[in-house]
Amino acid sequence: MVMRVKPENLRGAANICSDGGKHPLAAMFGADETHRGGGLAIYCLFYNTEKRSLDTVKAEFPADGPLNYPCLTTLLPAAAWYERELHDMFGFIPENHPDLRPLVLHESFPKGFHPLLKRYNKDFQVRGSRQYEMIAANGEGLYEVPVGPIHAGIIEPGHFRFSQAGEAMLQLDAKLFFTHRGIEKAVEGKTPMEALHMVERICGACTVANTLSFCQAVEKLSDAQVPKRAWLIRTLAAELERLYNHVGDTGNVCAGVGFSPVISMGARLKEYLMQLDEVLAGNRFLRGLIIPGGVRYDVDEHILEEIVEVLHEVEKEYINIEHIMWEQNSFINRVRTTGVIKELTAFELAMVGVGARASSLTRDSRKDMGYGIYDEFDFNVVTESSGDVEARIKVRIAEVKESLKIVRQVITALRYDNSTEIAVDLGTLRTLEGSWGISESARGDNVHWLMLDEEGRIDRLFVRSASYPNWPALTIAVQGDIIPDFPLINKSFELCYACLDR
Amino acid sequence: MLKIIEAILAKRIVTENVKTTGDKRMRGQLNNMYGKNYTCCGACVQVCPVNAITLVDGKPEIDYKKCIFCGRCVEVCAEKVLQHSNKEALAEILTDAQVEVKEMVTAKLGRSLHVRHVDAGSCNACDFEMCALSNPIYDLHRYGIAFVASPRHADMIMVTGVVSRNLEQALRMTYEAMPEPRLVMACGACAAGGETYGSTYAIVGKVSDVVPVDIAVPGCPPRPSAMIVALCAAADLLKERM
Repeated sequence: MVMRVKPENLRGAANICSDGGKHPLAAMFGADETHRGGGLAIYCLFYNTEKRSLDTVKAEFPADGPLNYPCLTTLLPAAAWYERELHDMFGFIPENHPDLRPLVLHESFPKGFHPLLKRYNKDFQVRGSRQYEMIAANGEGLYEVPVGPIHAGIIEPGHFRFSQAGEAMLQLDAKLFFTHRGIEKAVEGKTPMEALHMVERICGACTVANTLSFCQAVEKLSDAQVPKRAWLIRTLAAELERLYNHVGDTGNVCAGVGFSPVISMGARLKEYLMQLDEVLAGNRFLRGLIIPGGVRYDVDEHILEEIVEVLHEVEKEYINIEHIMWEQNSFINRVRTTGVIKELTAFELAMVGVGARASSLTRDSRKDMGYGIYDEFDFNVVTESSGDVEARIKVRIAEVKESLKIVRQVITALRYDNSTEIAVDLGTLRTLEGSWGISESARGDNVHWLMLDEEGRIDRLFVRSASYPNWPALTIAVQGDIIPDFPLINKSFELCYACLDR
Repeated sequence: MLKIIEAILAKRIVTENVKTTGDKRMRGQLNNMYGKNYTCCGACVQVCPVNAITLVDGKPEIDYKKCIFCGRCVEVCAEKVLQHSNKEALAEILTDAQVEVKEMVTAKLGRSLHVRHVDAGSCNACDFEMCALSNPIYDLHRYGIAFVASPRHADMIMVTGVVSRNLEQALRMTYEAMPEPRLVMACGACAAGGETYGSTYAIVGKVSDVVPVDIAVPGCPPRPSAMIVALCAAADLLKERM
């Protein structure tokens, strides 16, 4: 369903589509249609779990008209960062927006530079001096702690500005998008196949999720049916990706409290899982496996046997790790009631993934959207209610077990499946039609929206990774906790920078 | 507490010797399988998304600094002369002298290399593999190599990712903050070749466009073993500069 409205009616339409928040905002992005005789447009996507679909509202701005519209943020707080991005990338002006500072484009870009317009200033050398002010609290005895973008560990770049009252964090402002590479612009004018290697490289740890969302968006533009065997192998890859992420993160969250034995154990198990990925896809991050129309490699009994063996070993040790963690009172003391996200906050920010499920929200696109062949498998969506670091660790641990359950069912299905077709030719793709794909990454659902131009080349690709709606939650979760808890809280969300920054 | 001790004792030593070959499906270095009478159809040059292949005397030459090991060239090769091996492409300064890893390790003991990581716009795959270097299986510390918290403590920065506009200044400042002698390693296809995403408004280029690079490590991402080989080579290079 696409609802087309005038800019001044976007707010009303969004209110109807969100249905009092029952249908959360999934994505909000702009598109430039001036080269086709149109104007600019803003698309809003809303989850509709009853219909297992995304509802679309499109606000159409007349060509050369003003780019003002009443902002959605005051109605739907989840829109806050999307609208800042719209302001940066297209020059839209959401009226009454509480915080229209830059988001994506930092100081070195000139003012009035809107790269996602089709007619933008192509002089890459041009440098500017935009302001990017960090928000800080003022008052007697308060002070600021700046951290990043180059950190002390091996992690991705982000700048954090803490406003401190002694040990307690009063406020946190995060400056992200340091690894912004302009991928959405880079894929413009390319065929889906030419863009595939870039989509695979939006993020390392979400390679399968991003590729799967993109491929589904492409496949919706064709009448061809992706073979069942391809979906089995895709599901296998998606769950293996979730496993190495979750298992590694279980160990890694302990780095936030210096709990060394478990860090090593988690890292070791993760390594075994990544070596397994190379057996399946020829790459430790499962790159080069999934293509529009299916997959590139089949599996044989030898590979399935190896997967079964490694997972058996990993599961045994993983259960041991779990016991070790929960028998340390000093560990429980650090993680319980730390970094709390209340259910209402998670709801209003339209959070996804582990972050949402640890705050009572039953959101999982594998169930809600039923993409691929997930309906054929038996698994549960695990939730916790306390919304703290402990809850997020518990959800993650339970999801590892559910994932193992799915993988075993997939392997059985693959053994009984006699077909050999693993990819289908998609033929000519429909053009000038908006199409979306969704997949559940280890961090939550990953939405790609795609439109092809008349020649079948990418006109607009919008990537809303799972980390996008969860990043703003981090800055809320830390409030009131002490600053040494920040790494712990940060790791408990385990958000990608690269996925967000694109 | 007993469970921790039990778990630690049960596993003993899991650290493995470094192998520069992977599983048989691994897409590694391209095998040189063309004979004298063969003329390349050029399809590989056309299909390569990162412009890593050029024709020299009618034969494809691969620039491993740019290659992302996606396997498209192998797929389109009409004569099936291009094939992936399961060998890693090794760091640039090592390509002439394929030093036996074991000998190298022995030679390295007793020296040190302190490394600061700089993510200049990576997709985090290289960063993940760098983290893996510290796991018990690769145990980077046994080579006398350690990651440090500040460029002030570092002999080398290990840069991952294509340099983004938003990180260009941070990369320059980190480089300038290092004491002499200092090395720069461009780790992975983005940092070394810079072609992964083409050129956009948000990308400055490969690392050597911003700061001088001493060692380039191929791979997308380089496997941890390839990184270890490159780091050992860097320790050698540092000794020469001392």
